[in-house]
Amino acid sequence: MLTRRIIPCLDVKDGKVVKGVQFKNHKIVGSIVDLAKKYSIEGADELVFYDISASTEGKTVKKEWVSKISDVINIPFCVAGGIKSVGDAREILNLGADKVSINTPALENPNLINQLSKEFGSQCVVIGMDIKTIDKQNYLFAKTGNESTAHSTGITALDWIETVQDLGAGEIVINSMNKDGMRNGYDIELLNKLSTVCTLPMIASGGAGNKEDFVNVFKETSVDGALAASIFHSGEYTISHIKSSLKNKKINIRI
Amino acid sequence: MSVAIINSGGSNLRSVAKAVGRLDKSYVITDTANEIKNASFVILPGVGSAENVMQVLKEKNLISVINNLNQPVLGICIGMQILFEYSAEGNTECLGLIEGNVKRFDEAKNLKVPQMGWNKVIFTETKLQKFNSYYYFANSYYSVVQKYTTATSDYGTKFSSVVEKNNFLGCQFHPEKSADAGESFLKYFFQIS
Repeated sequence: MLTRRIIPCLDVKDGKVVKGVQFKNHKIVGSIVDLAKKYSIEGADELVFYDISASTEGKTVKKEWVSKISDVINIPFCVAGGIKSVGDAREILNLGADKVSINTPALENPNLINQLSKEFGSQCVVIGMDIKTIDKQNYLFAKTGNESTAHSTGITALDWIETVQDLGAGEIVINSMNKDGMRNGYDIELLNKLSTVCTLPMIASGGAGNKEDFVNVFKETSVDGALAASIFHSGEYTISHIKSSLKNKKINIRI
Repeated sequence: MSVAIINSGGSNLRSVAKAVGRLDKSYVITDTANEIKNASFVILPGVGSAENVMQVLKEKNLISVINNLNQPVLGICIGMQILFEYSAEGNTECLGLIEGNVKRFDEAKNLKVPQMGWNKVIFTETKLQKFNSYYYFANSYYSVVQKYTTATSDYGTKFSSVVEKNNFLGCQFHPEKSADAGESFLKYFFQIS
């Protein structure tokens, strides 16, 4: 059976990898190609490249970076940021990406999910979900790349998961806005709640602060992968370090 | 010693090409019959659906070209699936180079479909067991284990992760995305020891 995946995420703004806290105050943490290569060599199971300024500024992810990254890695690679059409997706996939992740454009035009899935197969179509829990309701947020544009769509996560499944999505990434950058653990409660309706591979995102957080998310939920950014960028933990501690806890992992 | 990567309309051509390039092989991405026939090695990639890939190959008049190749041919993912006689994906008649059919993973077994991620590949022959490792898969359809299966994996059911018949080799995983293990497998195809 499949191993659980460890997925480093490169949040990119203006050509540099950045990291914020709860989607605010972004700081530069390093070079795109250097980090991509480092994570690939260290044993990352997949890499996500997310152009956080693309969607909020009405642009598509910068294509030159997609080919530069795909040239230096030999693991699967997902690209996110302002992908609004089949044409945008085709260009990115042709440059070496394996999947595209869509968030705001899917909320604005759900039929895009169906079009992408028909054109490229559902395995290419990842739906990113930025979710904030307010009074026990889990709401989808759009345009989260910038504090001033982020807003609730009023759609609940449970409803949205069922919708995207019906439309042919292949995977979903659950990003807890309450946990993002807080480094105090993944949103176990949210992940377990959403798992009850999710039949697709599900990736946890937001909150990883130490190696125990990875153990906990895999022990306490059924997620297929755990995505993280700052814990790897800071250099505090390497991917191989995290993976060997998971292996020690008998979690099925690729080493 | 050139490698022809058949342009079957899929979108992972560049990644496959880069992986071939990393092994110092010169390659051409092509849909021209002569370039394919004259290559030392041929790769048949495929992303999308069996139906689409077969349609593209038909439109480009490449079916008989592929069927008559004598040099080593590697089918990757959908490129492997279409080596069989039939795929349930889009009810598609395939190349028929290897006996057998391609079926869909059964969601009723509580499986997440597509299979997306790293799965263990176990080779049956002792001399190939050095290639046992985790490889990257992204597929909703699979070929059942049969006579020409040379490696298997398990996803709710045991399936063929590698098949080999005469000069035709097929892998369900993506070697170009399978880190060091994938590179070793490509070397096996290219007969680099």
